[in-house]
Amino acid sequence: MALVDSLTSALESMPGGGIILTSMDALADWSRGQSLWAMPMGTACCAMELIAASFSKFDFDRLGTFPRPDPRHVDVMIVAGTITKKMQPAVRRLYDQMAEPKYVIAMGNCAVSGGIFYYDTYSVVRGVDQFMPVDVYIAGCPPRPESLEDGVLQLRAQIRTRSMAEGRSYDRDLALPGLETDRAGTTDAVRPVGDTPLAPRSGAGEKL
Amino acid sequence: MAVEVESTRPVIAEDGRRVDELVVNIGPSHPSTHGVCRIITHLDGEVIVKAEPVIGYLHRGIEKMAENRTYLQVVPLTDRLDYVGSMYANWAYCRAVERLAEIRVPERAEYIRVIVCELQRIASHMMGVGSSGADTGAATAFIWAFEVRERIVDLFDELCGSRLTYNYVRPGGVSMDLPDGWIEKCREVVKWAPERLLELDALFFGNFIAGERMKGIGVLSEADAIAWGASGPTARGSGVLFDIRKNDPYSVYPRLDFRIPVGENGDCFDRSRVKLLEAIESCHIIEQALDQIEPGPVMTAGLPRLLRPRAGDAYDHIESARGSLGVYLVSDGSPRPYRMKVRSPAFCNLQLLGKLAPGHTVSDLVVILGSLDPVFGEVDR
Amino acid sequence: MTRVEGESGLEYLRRKLCSVYPDLCPLFSIEYADGVLLVPREALHGAAVNLKALGFERFGFVTAVDRGEYFELVCRLQSAEFGAGLFLKAEIPRDDAVSDSFTDLWPAADWHEREVYDLFGIEFTGHPDMRRILLPDDWVGHPLRKDYHDDSVIPRPDYI
Repeated sequence: MALVDSLTSALESMPGGGIILTSMDALADWSRGQSLWAMPMGTACCAMELIAASFSKFDFDRLGTFPRPDPRHVDVMIVAGTITKKMQPAVRRLYDQMAEPKYVIAMGNCAVSGGIFYYDTYSVVRGVDQFMPVDVYIAGCPPRPESLEDGVLQLRAQIRTRSMAEGRSYDRDLALPGLETDRAGTTDAVRPVGDTPLAPRSGAGEKL
Repeated sequence: MAVEVESTRPVIAEDGRRVDELVVNIGPSHPSTHGVCRIITHLDGEVIVKAEPVIGYLHRGIEKMAENRTYLQVVPLTDRLDYVGSMYANWAYCRAVERLAEIRVPERAEYIRVIVCELQRIASHMMGVGSSGADTGAATAFIWAFEVRERIVDLFDELCGSRLTYNYVRPGGVSMDLPDGWIEKCREVVKWAPERLLELDALFFGNFIAGERMKGIGVLSEADAIAWGASGPTARGSGVLFDIRKNDPYSVYPRLDFRIPVGENGDCFDRSRVKLLEAIESCHIIEQALDQIEPGPVMTAGLPRLLRPRAGDAYDHIESARGSLGVYLVSDGSPRPYRMKVRSPAFCNLQLLGKLAPGHTVSDLVVILGSLDPVFGEVDR
Repeated sequence: MTRVEGESGLEYLRRKLCSVYPDLCPLFSIEYADGVLLVPREALHGAAVNLKALGFERFGFVTAVDRGEYFELVCRLQSAEFGAGLFLKAEIPRDDAVSDSFTDLWPAADWHEREVYDLFGIEFTGHPDMRRILLPDDWVGHPLRKDYHDDSVIPRPDYI
């Protein structure tokens, strides 16, 4: 009943305004962003903030984001924490098991770039974008739950504006690249900036 | 559906191998492994015959990284060891540096360290007790526990600007003095918390279901707890009265009056409940420390920015929320540690999983793992 | 033998050690308020047996330090009786990095020894399951050795 009562206000914010016969893909894209079930891929410190975010004080549920630790049920994988070389195949496998369309949020500096574990360490993968595509990067060590909420809202905006008809390639399957990238071995490495939110993703698998 | 256990007889192949065993791999990404632990379980029906934890999925090489950083630069790394209780690793490391470089810490700094670490103990145990609740299907307990934890995290947030990785305890003292009005806020929280914790005790541990799920599960005897190097609530749940705050007193703990809760049966119920009682005891410790604290400096004056302790090695340990957490430092006289080793209590306690799990079902395995309360940042380092 | 009034745990430990095992007495020293017992490599296990009998019922950890020519094996023992800890140390030559296992005395040593094997390449004879523990099984090399080289490591720029 609640939906029927608030139908008019819901239509207002729908693409195309008050006309319910909007283009199918716009409706699909709009609605897809409203209920992003998340797979908490919490490996380290950021997982604590992920838990805190889903509890009463920050209440993630009101964004439609519900933690569901099963790759087949979820839309977005939130990688929260350091990924080591030993862990990397497991993360990639879980990503492969997710159903399309799927999105990835890299939460925290370790998932973005290795963060504090960028230098000197022999076992850390420097960012999850080395082995799978990432849609939203959230900086912080660890990011506050508010940042995570902002990240989810940004992902939602991306999904809404990126039409599925326009040919956003879902065929983003990557061959598992080796751990050595051309960044390795250079000390003056500069973090590549992530995709701008609206730019079509071109070959996410190519070397950064 | 439960499998009839009595009816299964071991089926032995010609080479002596059991062929009716089912091997189930749990993890490394599993919601009930409290992080990135993989457990290879061998099952006979639903009963565990053998459980082998596989760790190292979060091994970041912190000990190697420390060898290329100055003594002060290592402090942020120690935050990431035990990320549920960052203050402990900060403190244990700083104590080892202070012992090595022969630094005396001002009294006010010692009191602040005790206050923040006891607050951390409450926050950390709330995570432990709460996740025990989640493991046994009592999600309410988790959410109640998090209410207490969030209030403490807010205090830390105000104290050092971070919710989780504090980098607050530094060699020679603490990084900054308490902000104005913080003591009153802290006093308010520790006055409010015990009542709340007792409520949680009645809600969760007083519940019939929690008793059914946790009593008699994963019983660890007192002798085994000592032989297997268990410490902290894991050992005290089995009745081992060993707490470094009492057995090898450090800082200002001798001036504070507190008791050590000890369990009787050594099962999951006792291990978890000891944590809750310890948290209540911590509130009393903080109240006393807040009464005794005097104004003064919080950092040793005249400390060089680049510490160069003389060659040698030193070890110091403190009682963290998980047990005796120690840091072993070797210096060669240069401004960087030659070797840092962290004696992690979670690592030692987790060894027990393979010993405690056989004979129980898979659903109990989760409860046993939760009661050992491992934090994988510290297990794998 | 009991502790006399006013005696520190370490003094009591020294007194008891010297009276029960006089041959271990000259190897004992006190460094940074911790007892250290530096024994020859062959005597390591025997000394551990004696120390366990003396009252060191708890095993703290075992680790190693790469000193170039040799590895220093460091074993921390704890005792409720003395209230003090003790370091049992031995030098292990680099080209023959083998030591006796402590697992028969303290089962707690199990994972610690696997860790030392993983990160330093010191093997423990008598250990029931000598495998890597932290790193993947197919890892090459032992990272905490000072001469470990890995192309994927990016050295940190030296700011100090």
